[in-house]
Amino acid sequence: MSAPSVGEFLRSRGVTRRDFMSFCASTATLLGLPASLAPRIAAALEQARRPSVIWLPFQECTGCTESITRAHGATLESLILDAISLDYQHTLQAAAGDAAERAREQAMQDNHGRYLLIVDGSIPMGNAGYSTIAGHDNLTMLKEAAEGAAAIIALGSCAAFGGIPGAAPNPTGAVPVGEIVKDKPIINVSGCPPIPVVITGVLVQYLTFGKLPELDALGRPRSFYGQTLHDRCYRRPFYERGQFAESFDDAGAKAGWCLYKLGCKGPTTYNACATVKWNNGTSFPIEAGHGCIGCSEPGFWDKGGFYQPLSTGRWGDARTVGTAVGVGAALGIASAALARKRQRDAEGG
Amino acid sequence: MDLLEFARGPALQWSISIFIAGVLWRLLGVFLLRSKKDLSEPRNPAAWKGLRLIALRSWPRREFLEGTAFGEVMGYAFHVGFLVSLFFFAPHVLFFADLSRGLIGTDLHGLVGFGWPALPNGIITLLSAISVAALLAVLVHRLVNPVKRLISNFDDYFSWFVTFAPLVTGMAAFAHLAGWPYERLLAYHLLAVELLLVWFPFGKLMHAFTIFAARGTTGMLFERRGASL
Repeated sequence: MSAPSVGEFLRSRGVTRRDFMSFCASTATLLGLPASLAPRIAAALEQARRPSVIWLPFQECTGCTESITRAHGATLESLILDAISLDYQHTLQAAAGDAAERAREQAMQDNHGRYLLIVDGSIPMGNAGYSTIAGHDNLTMLKEAAEGAAAIIALGSCAAFGGIPGAAPNPTGAVPVGEIVKDKPIINVSGCPPIPVVITGVLVQYLTFGKLPELDALGRPRSFYGQTLHDRCYRRPFYERGQFAESFDDAGAKAGWCLYKLGCKGPTTYNACATVKWNNGTSFPIEAGHGCIGCSEPGFWDKGGFYQPLSTGRWGDARTVGTAVGVGAALGIASAALARKRQRDAEGG
Repeated sequence: MDLLEFARGPALQWSISIFIAGVLWRLLGVFLLRSKKDLSEPRNPAAWKGLRLIALRSWPRREFLEGTAFGEVMGYAFHVGFLVSLFFFAPHVLFFADLSRGLIGTDLHGLVGFGWPALPNGIITLLSAISVAALLAVLVHRLVNPVKRLISNFDDYFSWFVTFAPLVTGMAAFAHLAGWPYERLLAYHLLAVELLLVWFPFGKLMHAFTIFAARGTTGMLFERRGASL
């Protein structure tokens, strides 16, 4: 008997036709596709065979896994995740030790050239012993798994850009997947952690259309990372009116004014938080009263303080400016003295 | 280090340093000059009354109005738009507050108990657009007027460019110009401002610091000699 299709699998899990169609319609919208394509997505998902997915967690905190699996309750997103054949994920799978590693090797062999590889966490390039799984170092494991992958999803900012392990002084020499694997398509699904529907949206697009989504300059799906939070933020009108919260508990904060002055990185952060939101669409950090920290952008940890407004520069120390004042004053005094001498000489002559 | 980091970091520090050093050099070089002794008897001993020339020259003279009206109107349109958007756009207010904290450890609010408010973005956008239009108009005027074209040199055109660039890049960043990432536009805007700061002390833009002192000095000289202002 052949493996069940995604549609058959979801029905076996009790997902109703209405819920399924609703999911397909909202996914079409998220992907920037016309709603009329929802039936096509549904038809394709119905027929799609469960693709083999190998998920390698490297230097990470399991926050990405926690986000994607939506531990707070089963949702269609998590069911779609179940609907793929997740052949290796050492946090989620029941098997452990040699059995788990054998399952990974078997899946890689059986689906060579066809499986999707999901990587979360960065890869240490310093001492190989910084991060190992079953005695295998991350770099070797990634190279082996990437070789037979159809595509790679770098899940979370650590896998996409180096993230927190790669923050200065980067003690492990952490690098993102893209710095190691050069010959495979890589989709960066950045965020710390990424939004659950973003990963399911990418999977649905892959299952439906058999190709990877359109990517931005940083390798992220345009449909989710095409606009800044600032562009879609519900507090934007306050920014336009110049109404800013000055502290987290002042009248402006209570009135929901813009958090720009409190260091919100919304204007330079590309993500779908403001539209998709978190926890089943409940809210997102800005709605909860805290500015965006720009976690889906490269090097977000090292871009100055989270509470430093975006307009601010890096002034360095006062020594630079003091030197400039000294040099300017010395030059001015010297040129004036020279001019006075010329005046005196001219008058004397 | 990406382009925005460079623009907000070393490029900003260097440009501000060059600006401060250059302006001090130019100003001290002029103000420390020995004034020439005027041995003639003053026709009007209250030479300070000549300071009113600072205000008088800021307004067109009726008899020359026909020839100067265009320049006066465009000059005011540009300067008002430029200065208002420079000092009253919300992110700029924050920038100056932070600059002040970076240089002297406190912002104006911390120093005197009050700061200055930002104007609504709609007003800023309108004034910036007027400023850009005025700059384009004076450039065209300079290019088509044979006399102005003849007396224009590199300084005139480059000073125009370094003034124009921050305005248009700033407006593009504010409008999130389609297809361009905001941080790249912001970096271009900062780099344009930094180019302005670097060029400022060495070209005709220095008039911002010297114009009123020059008018005052000229006015006092005229007053002393009994010339009609």
